[in-house]
Amino acid sequence: MKQKRYLLYSLLLAALILAALIAIDNSSLKSSMLSTILQKGAIYALLAVSMNLLNGFTGLFSLGQAGFMLLGAYTYAILTIPVEARRAVYQYFDGGLVQFSVPVLVGIIAAGLVAAIFAFLIGLPVLRLKSDYLAIATLGFAEIIRALIQWNTLGPITNGSNILRKFPTYSSLLFPFAVSAVCIGLIVLLIRSSYGRAFKAIREDEIAAEAMGINLAKHKMMAFCTSSFFAGVGGAMLAMFQQSVQAKYFTSAMTYEILLIVVIGGIGSVTGSIISSFLFVACSEWWLRFLDAEHYIGKFKVPLLRSGFRMVVFSIVIMVIVLFYRRGIMGTNEFSWRAIEKFFKDPFGRKAREEERKKVTTSHE
Amino acid sequence: MHDFSYYIQLLLAGITVGSLYALIAIGYTMVYGILRLINFAHGDIFMAAGFFMIFISSTTSIYVSLPIVLILTVILGVAVERVAYRPLREAPRMSVMISAIGVSYLLQNFATYYTGGLARPYPVIPFLTREVTIGSMTVKALTIITPVLTVILVVALVLLINRTKIGMAMRAVAKDQNTARLMGIKINNVISITFVIGSFLAAVGSILYFSNYEQVTPTAGAMPGLKAFVAAVFGGIGSIPGAVLGAYVIGIVETFIKANSDYAIFSNAFTFALLIVILVFRPHGLFGEKLAEKV
Repeated sequence: MKQKRYLLYSLLLAALILAALIAIDNSSLKSSMLSTILQKGAIYALLAVSMNLLNGFTGLFSLGQAGFMLLGAYTYAILTIPVEARRAVYQYFDGGLVQFSVPVLVGIIAAGLVAAIFAFLIGLPVLRLKSDYLAIATLGFAEIIRALIQWNTLGPITNGSNILRKFPTYSSLLFPFAVSAVCIGLIVLLIRSSYGRAFKAIREDEIAAEAMGINLAKHKMMAFCTSSFFAGVGGAMLAMFQQSVQAKYFTSAMTYEILLIVVIGGIGSVTGSIISSFLFVACSEWWLRFLDAEHYIGKFKVPLLRSGFRMVVFSIVIMVIVLFYRRGIMGTNEFSWRAIEKFFKDPFGRKAREEERKKVTTSHE
Repeated sequence: MHDFSYYIQLLLAGITVGSLYALIAIGYTMVYGILRLINFAHGDIFMAAGFFMIFISSTTSIYVSLPIVLILTVILGVAVERVAYRPLREAPRMSVMISAIGVSYLLQNFATYYTGGLARPYPVIPFLTREVTIGSMTVKALTIITPVLTVILVVALVLLINRTKIGMAMRAVAKDQNTARLMGIKINNVISITFVIGSFLAAVGSILYFSNYEQVTPTAGAMPGLKAFVAAVFGGIGSIPGAVLGAYVIGIVETFIKANSDYAIFSNAFTFALLIVILVFRPHGLFGEKLAEKV
């Protein structure tokens, strides 16, 4: 009975979001800040969830996200630039080597596949490493990929350190949402399967998991490749969102940004990552922008406000979360209607506490 | 073809860069040895030392500002440990690492804010940047001073760790924190002293490094920091001679790669490729101890 009601709520919520998106898509809001935030938020949500699958659910602390995004973005761009535009894009390389182009969806899937293949190759040696070593090795891998793509000798394929552009992008706001929703849905299905439970067992205690008969190498590799696949897809989406892509922006700072989104949302919570992606993007692109400009109240100049202050405030907020609210927004919980219902019936847990007390006193009698 | 003195000059430059990495790497390796934590903020403390020098030397003379910079950097390093790492002593490893990344993010963003994100010229320290002539080559004095100073500092540090009481306490804490505490060692003091030493060496490295590169940017610490960490892993984390050796290998090879314009873009990638290779074939590094995982 309850299950059915919750399902109904979920469908209603989804319909509401869809209606709102369509409304924005067809109104003058389409080119507004709101629409930009929504698009970027949806893409970041996918990137954050894919990182969470690895860091939060499998307990593998990997910092290679930017490298896999870079692979995805470049694969998509290289494969989909229309043949007639290649002369202009690859102007220093005689139009480049690749003289065909594939449809958008094929490009996106190829982006994920290339990222996953690289993840498999790099995973063979590095997944044997433990926490910090894995982190630094994957971080290093991302740096290697970035250097490789900017290498002039590979220029006919990657366009060296020059910008890639003129590839097809999306026209509707719904597109990034649809892709993200499908991908996140697949990740959630994976997490809920027996594989997902194996991932969590590895996170909690590797040795115990191995003793229970879980094949560590296989499951770690699976989580690593899946996460990279979706990071690659996310990278392709980011390329579409930006309408151009250049390797030099995919630095470790980008990985850290996504890691911080995961931390704010709660390590090990899919809904937490989604919520915090939108919050993070909205704050950094919009709501906290005023911190970067000088303001005057009458003749009084508000102190501290100056270009760059936003990022300082941001980093302080992040430190506060890391130090005092280590669970983030959602901890390891997921969004559930039951919790919301409970909240409305009993906003501050007062009734629950009283009941608890009654139970204790009756059991004493 | 280049003549012989060209390669000698490259080698000298490589040794200088390697010495600088060595000074930073020691900070990583000591902290890792004791806390099992990659102090991601270490490279940014190194960067902050560069900015301290710029701001302080604009008000007083260079020779007064040198000791002030060293002291400020040490204070910063210890403060980072107090605020960001100490409260998480009992927390999972991942939280502490995220906290370290957070500090690094904060320091970089604060530096960007404070300086407006522009590269600032580093003050000229005359006795480091004057030119000296050896045979047919003319080099900056710091090319000679850096390796000598590094060797002196490393020897002093090894003596400190092997011959003094505090060094013994450090080794004890690195081996087993709980037992060390039971033996009456004040763990927190030992950790603070580790950060004092690490930050001091980073500050010395920063003065030499930025005198060579002549400007400081808010992200200037990130790459040298990571490379120094790789050096520490290469030599076997926790081992000071290992870190120094690793730093020299990376510094010299990197300088040679940079000199060849076709492959210059791989100068950073080489370091990480080396890291992955060493982790695959000798996960505990050249001189590191093998740690068995306890159930």
